[in-house]
Amino acid sequence: MSTSVKAGPRQSPRPGPTRPIAPPRKPWRRRVEPYVYVFPTVLLMVVLMLVPIVMVIRYSLYDNVIMKKEPVLAGIANYTEILTDPDFWNAVKNTAFFTGTSVVAHLVLGMAFAMMLNTPLLGHVTKAIFRVLFILPWLFTVAIIAVLWRLLLNPNGVLNYLLQTGGLTDSKVEWLADPNLALYAVTFINIWSGYPFYMMSLLAGLQGIPRDLYEAATVDGASYWQRWWNVTVPQLRPIIVSIAMLDVIFTTQQFALIWMTTGGGPINVTEMLSTFTYKLAFNRYQFSLASASAVIIFVFSMVLAFFYVRYQKARD
Amino acid sequence: MSALLCAATTVMLVAACGGGSSGGAAGTGDAAAGGDVTLEFSQWWEPELPANALRGMMDEFEAANPGIKVKLLSGPYASTKEQSVAGAAAGTMADVVGLDGAWVSDFVKQGAITDLSKLMKDSAYDESQLAAQIKINNATYMIPVVNFVYPLFTNDDLLTKAGVSAPPSNRTEFLDAAKKITALGGDTKGWVVPLSLEAPNGIQNDVMAWNWASGGTMLKDGKPDLTNADVKETVEFVKGMWDAKLVAPGALTMKEQDKVEEFTNGRVGMMIDSLAHVTLIRENNPNLKFSISAIPAKDGYSGKRGIPYASWGIGISENSKHKAEAFKLVSFLMNEKNNSKLASVANAFPGNTTAVPDFVQNDDLFKAAFDIYKAGYPANEFTGLPVAEELMRSFDEELQKTLNGDQTVDEMLTNAQAGWTKNF
Repeated sequence: MSTSVKAGPRQSPRPGPTRPIAPPRKPWRRRVEPYVYVFPTVLLMVVLMLVPIVMVIRYSLYDNVIMKKEPVLAGIANYTEILTDPDFWNAVKNTAFFTGTSVVAHLVLGMAFAMMLNTPLLGHVTKAIFRVLFILPWLFTVAIIAVLWRLLLNPNGVLNYLLQTGGLTDSKVEWLADPNLALYAVTFINIWSGYPFYMMSLLAGLQGIPRDLYEAATVDGASYWQRWWNVTVPQLRPIIVSIAMLDVIFTTQQFALIWMTTGGGPINVTEMLSTFTYKLAFNRYQFSLASASAVIIFVFSMVLAFFYVRYQKARD
Repeated sequence: MSALLCAATTVMLVAACGGGSSGGAAGTGDAAAGGDVTLEFSQWWEPELPANALRGMMDEFEAANPGIKVKLLSGPYASTKEQSVAGAAAGTMADVVGLDGAWVSDFVKQGAITDLSKLMKDSAYDESQLAAQIKINNATYMIPVVNFVYPLFTNDDLLTKAGVSAPPSNRTEFLDAAKKITALGGDTKGWVVPLSLEAPNGIQNDVMAWNWASGGTMLKDGKPDLTNADVKETVEFVKGMWDAKLVAPGALTMKEQDKVEEFTNGRVGMMIDSLAHVTLIRENNPNLKFSISAIPAKDGYSGKRGIPYASWGIGISENSKHKAEAFKLVSFLMNEKNNSKLASVANAFPGNTTAVPDFVQNDDLFKAAFDIYKAGYPANEFTGLPVAEELMRSFDEELQKTLNGDQTVDEMLTNAQAGWTKNF
């Protein structure tokens, strides 16, 4: 007598879906550790950024805080007042011109100087000298820049002396005091002081473009400008977009240069959003209106920051 | 976002002050606990005085008043203003505060500074020795400790070269002198007026000064009255000088220091300026010969002339727990001896009517200025007005439009009046 056993599929003792094996539970200290590392930064950001911002937003919803002992909720009245104030829209217009022109000029000058410093046609020593000269405006603080240009553009200053000596003008030009020229003059100063940021960023980008791309384009018969447009610009585009967005944010907020050169004048031709807001707070003591104005600028900056971050994420 | 953070900084400052308040004026001592009373005295004066000058006076005060100590909180003018604004909001203002007349109205509205009239009455203080008191609703809130007056400075050499024998005493003579100086050619101009909107005090010191020198006013019953004949004549006079191209170029963004520089460098024949700059002008151009005289009045005016001034004022915090001790310090600085001493080291004129600063005896220019000061009266109608600096700025903007030919003088004054009225 024999018994045979039929081979069949092995049956699990408990039929049903298999459960993944849970990783061993981390000890409490390991789980908390990352939060401890980021805690100082989070604390600083909350204290230095979040709390003041929330307070300013809250203040913008009250009637004149700080100056009144018991301010009452005013809803969006401060925003309505700001947005219907012609001085605010004049400041918006001036800021848009100042920022738009500055960013475009920064890009053009920065690109031109970066290409000059990257060219193989110049020797190392020459490049080093130009690099120092070109970066100088970036090394000065805003106060120095303002004083320097106030002296240069003074009606009795160096620029007018050169123009008159060269026979280019027969009268003293009031660069910063003429309502027809002042906005262009402060924009020029801002362009002068800001282009090195672009120059250095683009120079770093240019030095990172592989040579073989240019060689391939040359083999394909591309001219110098075709190589620039089809190789250089696309390779630099991520840098250009990033620094242009940052520059828009920085320039929109420019305060010290305007305040120290023209104070928003003559009349109101160089009034920017920053000077407009400052005057509301520290000259008119309208802290709630100033808060509302600041929040509007903040929202604008956040929109730009949103696109900047989204662009950065898309790149990654 | 900087604007937001700028506002946020103020908020944080206020919050910090509020959070740190130990009740009453910031950090006063506790006499009840048996210790000394420590008065905090915030001001911008110490950095502008010779080293140890103010501290030395405080040491003398402490020696004369055992049990009271003074802690000086010193900083530049702008910082002192911002700290005082924040302290007023948070109720942590120093016990004794250095004040500019332009701040008084706003601090009174906030209930931040106390009524000095009551303290003077309580301590039987002789008010007649005070040259001026800044009052709101008939109560004194600020006492000018020393005054920096603004007479007319004239460049002797330029006037002589232009054939002008003496500094002008009325507007016609001034206009004539300005024309002759400008006619010398080159970079020379007759007059200089700083109208920068960053620091619009040129409206007070260089424009409205003409009005006050002729006994005019810009107020009626404490309210704006910019459309009156005196103000209109003043603005028309300034515009006449502008249109005749007698004013140094760059005026619309020029600041006070630029004005002094133009005069010091001999490019301008006449300017209205603070006596405090005499030493600076002498140091920067020892060869410059200049005189000081009263600001020209309108033709035919024979009354007393108002002379613009800026003050180092003093007040006491409403939240101070030691108001009586604080007033002792105020009295100390205002008595004849100490007020003379402070005025002497500050090159200013005393707030005590009987005090005479040392420099008046030793220097002909200061003596001349002191005679002008005594012959006239200190005039600054911006003192005590709400948002005084903003009033100057809005007037300045309207004046700039007028000088630029964008509106008539009448339109300017109507617009400025409307702008000012909103703040009262």
